[in-house]
Amino acid sequence: MSDLRDHAEDIHEQFSDHIDIDVDDVEERLNTLVDEYKVPLDEARRSVTSHYLDEAGMERDALGGGSGSNDHVQVADVDEDEQWIDVTAKVVDLWDARSDAVAQVGLLGDESGTIKFTAFASSDLPKLEEGAVYALGNLVTDEYQGDYSVKLNRTTTIEQLDEDIEVGDDSTTVEGALVAMQSGSGLIKRCPEEDCTRVLQNGRCSEHGEVEGEFDLRIKGVVDDGIDAHEVIFDKETTEAITGISLEEAKDMAMDALDTTVVADEIRDLVIGTYYRVSGPTFGRYVLADDVEQLSEPVDATAALERARSM
Amino acid sequence: MSQAPTREVAKRVFAREFNDATFTFKESDDERAPNFALLPTGDRANRVFVVGTLTETEDIGDESEYWRGRVVGPTGTFFVYAGQYQPDATAFLRDAEAPEYVAVVGKPSTFETDDGNVNVSLRPESISASDENARERWIVETAERTLDRIEAFEDETNEYAEMARDEYDTAVETYRREATAALDSIVEDGGETEEPEATP
Repeated sequence: MSDLRDHAEDIHEQFSDHIDIDVDDVEERLNTLVDEYKVPLDEARRSVTSHYLDEAGMERDALGGGSGSNDHVQVADVDEDEQWIDVTAKVVDLWDARSDAVAQVGLLGDESGTIKFTAFASSDLPKLEEGAVYALGNLVTDEYQGDYSVKLNRTTTIEQLDEDIEVGDDSTTVEGALVAMQSGSGLIKRCPEEDCTRVLQNGRCSEHGEVEGEFDLRIKGVVDDGIDAHEVIFDKETTEAITGISLEEAKDMAMDALDTTVVADEIRDLVIGTYYRVSGPTFGRYVLADDVEQLSEPVDATAALERARSM
Repeated sequence: MSQAPTREVAKRVFAREFNDATFTFKESDDERAPNFALLPTGDRANRVFVVGTLTETEDIGDESEYWRGRVVGPTGTFFVYAGQYQPDATAFLRDAEAPEYVAVVGKPSTFETDDGNVNVSLRPESISASDENARERWIVETAERTLDRIEAFEDETNEYAEMARDEYDTAVETYRREATAALDSIVEDGGETEEPEATP
């Protein structure tokens, strides 16, 4: 049986309760897109689904993933956009929603780690309580710049469980030499607009144009262990900690030199070639350094020597 | 926006192996494709990281300054050359007061001498002051990475090992012994005995 037929039957099953739908017709539509127009299968499936949603006058939310057919996943394993999933998770944190369209936004956690969740006001769901554990059915995954989140929708089932979950730590630790510092490091200026914080380029914010920037200190560096090159962002606190240069001192240095690049030069001299252990969450391709220490404990070569001799 | 090319990892390699890496190649015909040195233990290196002792610096340039630095590891010497296109490294070598510990991030570079030998040197991206602890850490790390490469040398899918077999005559055992000697040099005197020289 062809792959397309499987997908056609999936789609058929999703709609058969709502409209009069024929599997052959679904397959034919998929076939046209995939074979004739060379559309990738997932895109074709999306397009055909949209067609039937229109025909039935339904919202995509209303479809769900087909009842009970979702994978129950660990939050750290979410690595694909637009998947229907079930999770069992604890509400680790609730944040302030920045928009009226958002009913709740926060962090869900299970043994594997944490993931952001959003519930929209239009979905009209019961509110989740911080610290409570829920079995959540029919969530949709979402991706933004390599970061995944889950969205609750009007078909989401919420069942509070009388149990606790030890939420896992999804921060990573990398050890190695800081081999490079990238542009955008040192004394930078950020957009002062509320919730913006974009780094200014030549005094301009890509969103708000020319603005009076606010100074900040950071390092975008590469920590390399000879196996992988990890891109790491050190914020003001960690930059101050490893360089001993405070934001105020950095501003004074730049003022004296009438040039902000002296700060980056000074920082580069201090950090390049130094071994660090860095831990923090990953964001896209970056590790955000929460904890940094310079590696300076005595080096023990005996294990490596035993290995070398036994080969 | 297009995906930025992945940054090349800085390989860890001892001086003997680095200086033996005389064969260079590109992975594509693109003019801007990176250059790789073929490591004799079966890997490619577009960038390396070295911590060692800067023992000598000399300006060997004719008209403009061109600095050569000798960076000595436990088993041999890396030659570092910096000129006008490496202003920061040039300034470092000019002001350096050897001997001192340094950390060098750089690209392998080869040149053929008049008598037909190929010399391998290091074109620095950065040189910075380092210390004894970092030097020892680098030795252990470099030994581990070298042993990793030697372990993978017999893998059938290891294309760089196959290349190394074609291009070089030196057995990888040489580099295992180099790693052992490097580690030996920093293990505290606790009755450790030198490994007897293996017979070829």
